[in-house]
Amino acid sequence: MVEHGDIRVVHRGGSKINFREPVITNDSKFLLCASGECVKVFSTSTEECLHDLRGHTDLVTGVIIKPSNHLQAYSCSADGTVRLWDFTDGILIKTYVIGHPIYSIHASASHEGVVFVVTSMHADKRPDLLQLVAVHLPRSGDQMVEARELSAVLSDVSSNPLAIAFGRGGEFIASAKGLQLEVYIFRKQKAYRFFLKEDNKKGGRNTFTCVACHPKDDCIATGHEDGKIRLWRNFNQKKEYTYSTLHWHHSAVSSLCFTPEGTNLLSGGIESVLVQWRYNQEDQREFLPRLGAAITHIAVSPDGSLFFTSHSDNKITIIQSCLKVSAAIQGLVKGENVTTDLMMDPRSKSLVLNGKPGHLQFYSLQRDKLLYNLDVVQQEYIHESGLQQFEVVKAAFDASGTWLATVEERKQKGAEVELNLKLWEFDEQTQSFVLNTTISAPHEAQITDMCFCHSTDNQTTMLVSTSKDGHFKAWQLDAQAHTEADERPSWSCDFVGAYHSLVPECCCFSADGSLLAVSFQEVVTVWSTASWELLTTLSQPPKAIRNLCFGRLSCSKYLLGTTGNNLLCCWNLLTCSLEWSTSMDVSLLLADPISENMAAFCRQAGSTDLFVFKPSEPRPLFSQKAVCPGKVTRAIFAPREEMLESCEESSQWLNRSQLYFLTQHMDLMTFTTKVEEDRLMASSKQLVIDDSVAMTPFYLLLGKHRQQDSRDAQSISAERTPLPQGSVAIKELLQTPAHVLPSTSFLCSMFVQSLLISVTDPREEDKATEEEMESEKEEEDSEEEMESGTTRPEQAPLGRQAAESAAPALTKAQVRELRRVKKLDRSWFAGLLDS
Amino acid sequence: MASFKPTKIQVYPKLGEKVTQDTLYWKNYKAPVQIKEFGAITNIDFSPVAPHNFAVTAFTRVHIYGPFSQEPVKTFTRFKDTAYSGRFRSDGQLLVAGCEDSMVRLFDVGGKVALRMFKGHTKAVHVTDFTSDGYQILTGSDDYTCRLWDIPNATELNTYQEHTDYIRCGVTSKLNRDLFITGSYDHTLKMFDARLDKSVMTMDHGHPVENLLLYPSEGLLVSAGGRYVKVWDLLKGGQPLVSLKNHHKTVTCLSLGSNGQRLLSASLDRHVKVYNTTNYKVVHNFDYAASILSLGLAPDDESIVVGMTNGILSVKHKKSPEESKETSGQQRRKPSYRVFVKGKNYVPKQDDYLVSKPVKQHLAKYDKQLKRFNVSKALDTALETWIRRRKPEITVAVIKELDRRGTLKNALAGRDEQSLFQLLNFLIGNLVDPRFAPVLVTTAEMILDIYRSVIGQSPVVDRQLLRLQDLLEREIDYQKDLLEVLGMLDTMFASSIPRKEVPCSGISRSNGLGQGEASTSRPQLQAT
Repeated sequence: MVEHGDIRVVHRGGSKINFREPVITNDSKFLLCASGECVKVFSTSTEECLHDLRGHTDLVTGVIIKPSNHLQAYSCSADGTVRLWDFTDGILIKTYVIGHPIYSIHASASHEGVVFVVTSMHADKRPDLLQLVAVHLPRSGDQMVEARELSAVLSDVSSNPLAIAFGRGGEFIASAKGLQLEVYIFRKQKAYRFFLKEDNKKGGRNTFTCVACHPKDDCIATGHEDGKIRLWRNFNQKKEYTYSTLHWHHSAVSSLCFTPEGTNLLSGGIESVLVQWRYNQEDQREFLPRLGAAITHIAVSPDGSLFFTSHSDNKITIIQSCLKVSAAIQGLVKGENVTTDLMMDPRSKSLVLNGKPGHLQFYSLQRDKLLYNLDVVQQEYIHESGLQQFEVVKAAFDASGTWLATVEERKQKGAEVELNLKLWEFDEQTQSFVLNTTISAPHEAQITDMCFCHSTDNQTTMLVSTSKDGHFKAWQLDAQAHTEADERPSWSCDFVGAYHSLVPECCCFSADGSLLAVSFQEVVTVWSTASWELLTTLSQPPKAIRNLCFGRLSCSKYLLGTTGNNLLCCWNLLTCSLEWSTSMDVSLLLADPISENMAAFCRQAGSTDLFVFKPSEPRPLFSQKAVCPGKVTRAIFAPREEMLESCEESSQWLNRSQLYFLTQHMDLMTFTTKVEEDRLMASSKQLVIDDSVAMTPFYLLLGKHRQQDSRDAQSISAERTPLPQGSVAIKELLQTPAHVLPSTSFLCSMFVQSLLISVTDPREEDKATEEEMESEKEEEDSEEEMESGTTRPEQAPLGRQAAESAAPALTKAQVRELRRVKKLDRSWFAGLLDS
Repeated sequence: MASFKPTKIQVYPKLGEKVTQDTLYWKNYKAPVQIKEFGAITNIDFSPVAPHNFAVTAFTRVHIYGPFSQEPVKTFTRFKDTAYSGRFRSDGQLLVAGCEDSMVRLFDVGGKVALRMFKGHTKAVHVTDFTSDGYQILTGSDDYTCRLWDIPNATELNTYQEHTDYIRCGVTSKLNRDLFITGSYDHTLKMFDARLDKSVMTMDHGHPVENLLLYPSEGLLVSAGGRYVKVWDLLKGGQPLVSLKNHHKTVTCLSLGSNGQRLLSASLDRHVKVYNTTNYKVVHNFDYAASILSLGLAPDDESIVVGMTNGILSVKHKKSPEESKETSGQQRRKPSYRVFVKGKNYVPKQDDYLVSKPVKQHLAKYDKQLKRFNVSKALDTALETWIRRRKPEITVAVIKELDRRGTLKNALAGRDEQSLFQLLNFLIGNLVDPRFAPVLVTTAEMILDIYRSVIGQSPVVDRQLLRLQDLLEREIDYQKDLLEVLGMLDTMFASSIPRKEVPCSGISRSNGLGQGEASTSRPQLQAT
């Protein structure tokens, strides 16, 4: 067994951001989302993720802003802790240990020092019985505080945080579960319960799904399973309560929210339509349709100017109060399963898989951001459960990324499958894929596998699809057929092959594209792509072939296959004989496209092992036991942007490409080495966040760069650290009002100079670091907001110095003029910045 | 917020002819000029010299038309009976014509009275032609003889009596003044050499020969007779090269176009077919109103002249390049184009602030209804008369979309007699169309399910349902017949093709379907 101390399996990207309601800070600048084991902070203006609040050891189940301090936030987690964060700087302030798994957290301004959490107190007795508990947070200076002062408020509440809401600034709390609405009024210390009948005459289901309380009025809005919204009033009496019903949604209302002034009620559901009801004039409603996917949560910013809806496709939409979509924060869409395999787009180097219904998503792994969705089906998606619609089931790229083939499928009850094979050509002008050919019903039954011929020298591109109807078809781009100039070449069927009416399962082209291997149950047939002759058959009875893979580069003479009876076979195509075989239960076999390496995921005793090997060598290059629990069925080798220079034998296979895989729970994982982690740490240290300005790439480019503390670290990352003088010069240039600046031709050379790396003696640099350290220190102790003017006397001479050294062409008078201009009025500008 | 995606109308491959370079070329003609003659037009001959007048022989006259005139520029009327085969000499100065009264007349194109009369034949003369030196005339007659005449002294030089039936066609060689070929109703073509007294070559066409044509190189001879057009290789001693059978009535006339690249044949079946002379495939087809007796093609295909049995002469002129361009331009330019483009080509200046206007998405009527989930109304709009008649694919696409949304039943239900009648009418019209059948069969089943209870209440609907039933029964019968034929063909193929000679790769290249069996029948080569 090879030693592999420095290779780790880590989560990478694709985090879920729609698990809980997004929380908006009081200034509407940041958005906090519970995402896996951390809380993500997004900027609402740029949609960039600013930082992750990491610390919880289990799923984060809720986030709220601390009512008494709007710069701090509580988060609760299933690990039984509530943590207090400074979300602007991303610092953990305190940890309160509750001791029981927490399902949601609530707080109101009128309850100072108390948070309400939903937890199961009697975990051992009835785990499904949840309670709403008031937790008195002890005041103490320690980092880790044990909160023991718990008092139950309501018993038997729903685990869904949307089913609990505070009303009128914390005067009462409403909770719904099943068919029961419970209102607890703090002043009276009394709970009122209201019940609905199980089923009304029309067969609608009355179960409560969500609750929202009017901020000013005694009114509770509840959403129901059958799409109705009930507005409850007079609920502080047992008998004379009333309710009115609003009905627009055709299926369950998943979220309700009042605007801060209480003038409007927002509701959403599976229909993916945001409905805005006017309070007290409920017949006036406005709609925002086609938001993309079912609405799971709705949130409103404290000033009421922005609405936030989170959707089931891992997306948060930012909507202006005039019901206009302004932006969207989109995460990796992970449906119930990945029907298309994981693929790499050769052009954008992005991960491609099926995303929201009928779309292919292009996801950048480096930036953890969805690049775009390609609409494959091009049909209006009807948001209704139980409707059979077209799904993208297969996709394939050719070697250069010019062609994309997709298969969409619609299963109908009692009818045959509807299939469409679509071929997309990359358009250089629009930088996206354009539909070239649609082949309806390419096969009579479902398509089992599809692959492009990966040879680069071949003029004609070829696609092979195998189907359950017992045939495989080769599709080719016929260039000669088009007669007119405006008619682009299209794809047509070139060959239909079959073998003893067996069902083909997988297909694979050899590295040079001259051979095609198609597995028909337990037989592998090898065909010549030039003449479509059956060259040879290879078989390894008695079980069907599950995976088929040609070796690459020097190992291209090998064909590897895995069979159902736990056998990994390697055939040599020169001798047409079995080279070696080994017994292991391989669930997935894949080849690295840029090296000879192959990876095999094997299932063993409930977890998955990974072996990386070369077909020509008997010893595996790398192996790791128990990579993750469960079966790994999807994985991909992604080429790296820059090569790693690891010389250790065990991690060399990660030098040029990176292996990503999806676990059973749809988590995207990858393998990292120590070198890589060090590099990541180094780059993340440079970023310092100014709390007044949203952190954007532009800001990072221009903002202050912290000097590296140690000399050696600096020498490694020297090329990435722009000189402080340069950035200061730019900052000065940008802060000066545009109408008082001299003409651009003067500034241009100065600007360009400031971007260049000039050779400076270490003494001067020392001074610079000292200055930086100083300003840092100042920043750190700035609990009270610091005036930007106070730092200016230090910075201004520095900037002047830079300007002088950088632009000798400027005359003295001009420099003086520039300085005067700079001094003129900056205060108002700074004030603007600070506001 | 994504915009509404309109219903996708499936584009079905056009089953008609493909647009090729040839169709474009041969369609590039103006509307035909039609001139009424007194009788059937038996011959059309173009003058070899510019401006390429053409002589039209019809009834007792020979008319000479200019290239663009609709009136004859010259008329020869001195025939006592039906005239035949008015032909120009290679210099375009002289014209010869045979006649039913067995006389052959030679005219000066400028004059009116015949310059020479050749007497000797005893029956109608259907064939006349000049030899390549221009001093002799070849004639062929219904008295089974063909003769050579000397023009200057109007004497008979030679008589050939080898044919055993009427001689109805003949050509002289343009390269050799002594060679000529005649075709006769005795099914033979004979090549004569004036220096010898008998034929030098005989070819059997198999049908009464109606027309002959020599290629400009004179290596190939084309003959038309019966339904066949045959090409003979003269350099190989009259070996048959190709036999074409593309007409379903007698082929009457042949002509060469595009400098010998294309061959045209006209027939009594009212069609003119254009062949490619390299592979002899039909590349284009013209339809005419009546049976065609004669065909002429101006040099460079400037005009196609066709004479028909009903005495109508149809002249098609080629469009000039400007005209053909203009028409395509007109198609592109819609009446409101200028209004559309107004202000759109304005390029904003550098410091202009652009206020973008939201682009309004244009939706079809049925899409507007679908967007509002008005399923019944959407179906109603898709069933509007002109869509239903002209573009059934739109109606079918809307029905398919409704089916996909699971609301087809709602859309179909609750219709009154009138709209149900319309719906059934549409089904009757399109149900058996193989493109629409999968969608419409489910629709028909749904309609029957929904309206089962009201059958018998309205005579109109009942009648439609009975028609539908008839249609289906007929279709089932057709399908049965087809399957029987298919079974028969299969047995025939299976018995006729030897198993070993199945070319696996050869067939599969031609069309991708149905070759799976061929490859499966190959023996399994080797198993490790």
